[in-house]
Amino acid sequence: MSEKAKSIASKKSSGQDERLQNVSKLKLLLNRPELGALGGAILVFIFFGIVAGDTGMFSAYGMLNFLDVSANLGIIAIAAAMLMIGGEFDLSIGSMIGFAGICIAIPAIYWGWPLWISIVFAFAMAVLVGYFNGILVVRTGLPSFIVTLAMLFILRGATLAITRLITGRTQVPGLRVLIENDPIAWMFATDTFKWLFTWLGSMNLIALRTDGTPLATGIPPSVIWFIAATLFATWILMKTRYGNWIFASGGDKNGATNVGVPVGRVKISLFIGTAVAATIFATIQVLDAGSADTMRGNLKELEAIAAAVVGGCLLTGGYGSAIGAAFGALIFGTVSMGIFYTDVDTDWFKVFLGAMMLIAVVFNNYVRRRVTESK
Amino acid sequence: MSENLIEFNNISKFFGKVIALKDVTMKLKEGEIMCLLGDNGAGKSTLIKTLAGVYKPDEGEILIEGKKTIFDSPKDALDMGIGTVYQDLALVPLMSVTRNFFMGREPLKGPPLLKTFDIEKANQIAAERMGQIGIDVRDPSQAVGTMSGGERQCLAISRAIYFGAKVLVLDEPTSALGVHQASMVLKYVVKAASEGLAVILITHNVHHAYPVGNSFTVLNRGKSLGTFDKKDISREDLLGMMAGGEELSKLEVELKEMGRINN
Repeated sequence: MSEKAKSIASKKSSGQDERLQNVSKLKLLLNRPELGALGGAILVFIFFGIVAGDTGMFSAYGMLNFLDVSANLGIIAIAAAMLMIGGEFDLSIGSMIGFAGICIAIPAIYWGWPLWISIVFAFAMAVLVGYFNGILVVRTGLPSFIVTLAMLFILRGATLAITRLITGRTQVPGLRVLIENDPIAWMFATDTFKWLFTWLGSMNLIALRTDGTPLATGIPPSVIWFIAATLFATWILMKTRYGNWIFASGGDKNGATNVGVPVGRVKISLFIGTAVAATIFATIQVLDAGSADTMRGNLKELEAIAAAVVGGCLLTGGYGSAIGAAFGALIFGTVSMGIFYTDVDTDWFKVFLGAMMLIAVVFNNYVRRRVTESK
Repeated sequence: MSENLIEFNNISKFFGKVIALKDVTMKLKEGEIMCLLGDNGAGKSTLIKTLAGVYKPDEGEILIEGKKTIFDSPKDALDMGIGTVYQDLALVPLMSVTRNFFMGREPLKGPPLLKTFDIEKANQIAAERMGQIGIDVRDPSQAVGTMSGGERQCLAISRAIYFGAKVLVLDEPTSALGVHQASMVLKYVVKAASEGLAVILITHNVHHAYPVGNSFTVLNRGKSLGTFDKKDISREDLLGMMAGGEELSKLEVELKEMGRINN
């Protein structure tokens, strides 16, 4: 009896015409995961354009400022987004940032290693930590939330303990002098397009210092890494077999396994990805500041996940985009810097961050229901 | 056409003391649809997994195109042309039709080491294949989640055929579907058989099996009650042979007495 009722309720699937094609294309656009973040970013820019348009926030110097903050967050947010699409979390990103920082600083300062070897060493440690996270999650079948939460404490604690043991304090300064002539460090420490800014300065198009050099000297390395990471991650997700495996692993582990997707390997590689992204973040920051701090990257894992969620990633995996996460990071970076240019007390930033995430999750939930519900 | 595409001779499977299958024999020719009927616990799942290469039979032999064969793994069975579509279909609702169709077996293009997923080709093949079944995927990049249950089942079957199945093993393809959706799937199964595939349709629904089947094998408590050609057996007989068939007719009588069934 109920079967008959069901069949009457189910719509016929044959005989569609072109009009439906148009509708479905529009729907498809609305269903893109990054749409919400793109809209959010536009709203944020309009808001600050009105509120802080005349304050210097949108001068070359001001823009590079909030782009730098966005880019740093973006690098880890993109890796976190890919891992989330693959169906897992990494809460140890922030601790990995601190750990990678001292992996560079202690060998370079206390053991006399060349800086570039220290950087390579930090990346090797990142691969190891990521692999360990991944293998633990895959082998034990425990939620990655718990496994990486444990790693959050272990890594942060080890960073603090090891640093104090070797150096007697919690900060390792003195790296700046080592950057020059290093074969690798420039990749993380050089402003690019300086000629452009010099030219813009000479044309009096951007603000100058009293000595005539432009206030904004070039595009910071974080922005270049951020753009490269966004393009690379998007290429992987959309254009490669491995990308399809990431979606499949997060979307339905069993189904993916049944058709031959190496789900375990995919997940392990994504955990390595987040640890490596944290190390890129750490290297840029350590070389920029000239020192490593054991507390660096604190709570960054949550900001990264928040940016990924605002960017349209579902907490349950299988859906999301790298571009979305990039826009999510841009929103957070812009607001966290932009708030200084307004009369609003900066204490309100976290309120905004939380509210933004809530709205995003509700919106994503709605999108998911639309995508998964049968007609 | 006289040669059997697949043959099971006296297959038995034991799990410790439990006899899951005992002396099951069945034969299947090209273009034939054999329905495997049985109630829950009759040994259907064990038989499917033996067909799919998940279990190795403890007794008996499997012949593929007349040759004795042992499946060492599910991949072995796949390579031999046994395409199994499980009940869960192995489809990801959030992913597109194309991405599901080629999941794990993506077509590649480009130079070595920089090979990319050939989305255009994949889209084209997926749309073409779905079109052949009469499912108009308006856009092969639409999510599978937007498809109806019947369409999803057809997609999974179509995928198995595309990747080289000669024998299709379908596990309860209509169990979760309404009448309209089920008939759509069954129509496709008949079409696939008419194109030369052998189909083993596992179901507990005689009403779905009877119209499409050429022969019927009834399993009860791990044993085959025999294989019957359609001309030799009626729907009611089949229903009666399945465990629970008797109970169902009793139930019908009781319900009639209660006045709940009017027709």
